[in-house]
Amino acid sequence: MHPPESALGAFLWQAHAAWVVAKKNVLVYYLKPPVFTFGIIFPLFFYLAFAAGHQAPPEAMAPGIMSMALFFTASAVGPLVTPWERQAKTYERLVTSPASLTAILSGDVLAGMGFGALLSLVPLVLALAATPAYVANPAALTLGILLGALAFASLGVLLAAPAAESPSQVMMLSNLVRLPLIFVSGVFVPHAAMPAWGQWLSPFSPLSYCADLVRIGFGGEAYWTPAIDAAALIGFAVGFLAFANWLHRRTRAQAR
Amino acid sequence: MRPVPAIIADRLTRRFGDRLAVDAVSFEVARGEIFGFLGPNGAGKSTTVRMLTGFVPPSEGQARIAGFDIASHPTAARRHIGVVPEDANVYADLTVWQNVMLMAELHGVPKARRLQSAGELLERFDLAARAKQKGRELSKGLRQRLMLCMALVSDPEILFLDEPTSGLDVASTRLIHDTVALLNRERAMTVFLTTHNMQEADQMCHRVAIINRGVLAAIDTPQAMRSRVDSRRSVEVRFEKFTVEPRELLGAEKAEEINELPSGLGFRAFGARPGPMAQAIALNAAAKGLVIESIRTLEPTLEEVFVSITTSGKR
Repeated sequence: MHPPESALGAFLWQAHAAWVVAKKNVLVYYLKPPVFTFGIIFPLFFYLAFAAGHQAPPEAMAPGIMSMALFFTASAVGPLVTPWERQAKTYERLVTSPASLTAILSGDVLAGMGFGALLSLVPLVLALAATPAYVANPAALTLGILLGALAFASLGVLLAAPAAESPSQVMMLSNLVRLPLIFVSGVFVPHAAMPAWGQWLSPFSPLSYCADLVRIGFGGEAYWTPAIDAAALIGFAVGFLAFANWLHRRTRAQAR
Repeated sequence: MRPVPAIIADRLTRRFGDRLAVDAVSFEVARGEIFGFLGPNGAGKSTTVRMLTGFVPPSEGQARIAGFDIASHPTAARRHIGVVPEDANVYADLTVWQNVMLMAELHGVPKARRLQSAGELLERFDLAARAKQKGRELSKGLRQRLMLCMALVSDPEILFLDEPTSGLDVASTRLIHDTVALLNRERAMTVFLTTHNMQEADQMCHRVAIINRGVLAAIDTPQAMRSRVDSRRSVEVRFEKFTVEPRELLGAEKAEEINELPSGLGFRAFGARPGPMAQAIALNAAAKGLVIESIRTLEPTLEEVFVSITTSGKR
């Protein structure tokens, strides 16, 4: 019952707590309407609206749709979990359990990551089944899906950190941050074709690296190397999680 | 060697901007004790509980739970506690069973034990038949029972209850009282009870503390607390017919306050010497031909002590 005192034992204990939190999130939050609107329908129609004005073949759109679906699904629910918990008055008991704040946030990330990775298979299967697109580099594609989901889910958790109790407030912030990122990430326009300011901003978006890996996976042209893409996505995930942790602690320190 | 107290609050202080919500509150709760924490609205009760459970950090001071500093060793401290926060809720989209299992898993309770413990608790709180119902389908009383199950499933050494019976029906309130008292008796569970209900505190708690405007105003057993306000001891007398001024019946005895009974057939006189007052009333009533229907001396209630302390600022 009691968590062991050794560093490894404590880590395993908190890893288990994160797993429990992730299971709870899947059961409680991942079947709510915003997941579908912002996770699947929104990116699909967003991209189709863009593609309607261009003459790109469907297979060329596959990496973009997939990256964007992954981005929106993995980061769709994370921003809402804490506000929902605060609003439903379940937050205080969760936080006063033996699960550390890092374990709770990691559980949130784990749930978002799993959900994003799983749902990104929908556009992948559709692209492979309905278009001439094919997977040229499975390792790059897998890495892109997993690390992209990790970074995007961490971004979602970071967006949940401000003290807002109302999910609608958080959704506003979430879209304010997420929507601009897709325009500078090489999803719609290849990096090489982007204006100078876009090329300058692109490295600051985790979606850029994910889209790059997915494009490599589909046999497309790489902008960075897979190693740089992977390292950048891990760096973003760690940075987002650390910042979220700090923000949550600060919010609690100011709580009444 | 003296056993480590279950809870130590050492000069706990909490500021919200310029406002001092809790001001250097210190106390100890012994293992196996039911400790009542009373105070008017906004006195700092819930803030103190939140500092003790590590939900909010203190601005100054320290809280130790089962010997662990809650700020520096939150996980070690929290593995010893179960918490029912004020105004908390169950997960509406989880079933009763899933809610209990969630807390058991977060506390790392092994599977065989959590299944057994959850089953027993749901039986005890009359929720077994509702194990598959969603949290949203439960009434307030049933949700509160479920929250207690969630707090107890890890068999904690220390139980924090923040207003556990506020707004509940009599049956739920009694069930919660009985269970908490039983767990305290059988397993020596320490209970930190925050409540507005003076009767609840009086009946359940071994000791009570009263916090007022963020400052600890008094801490003692309910009995000793009552004896602090001698002026609220009283004698209550009822007559078949009551036609005289109450003070005429008191003779030389002095009452600090006299309140006529709502029926108009008697009065309650407050003073430090209710026995002699009762004697004087009986003698004088007989002399005036009044027939006494009942007469009794009364000790002050905890509520009267509470009102006396919180309105006068008396320590």
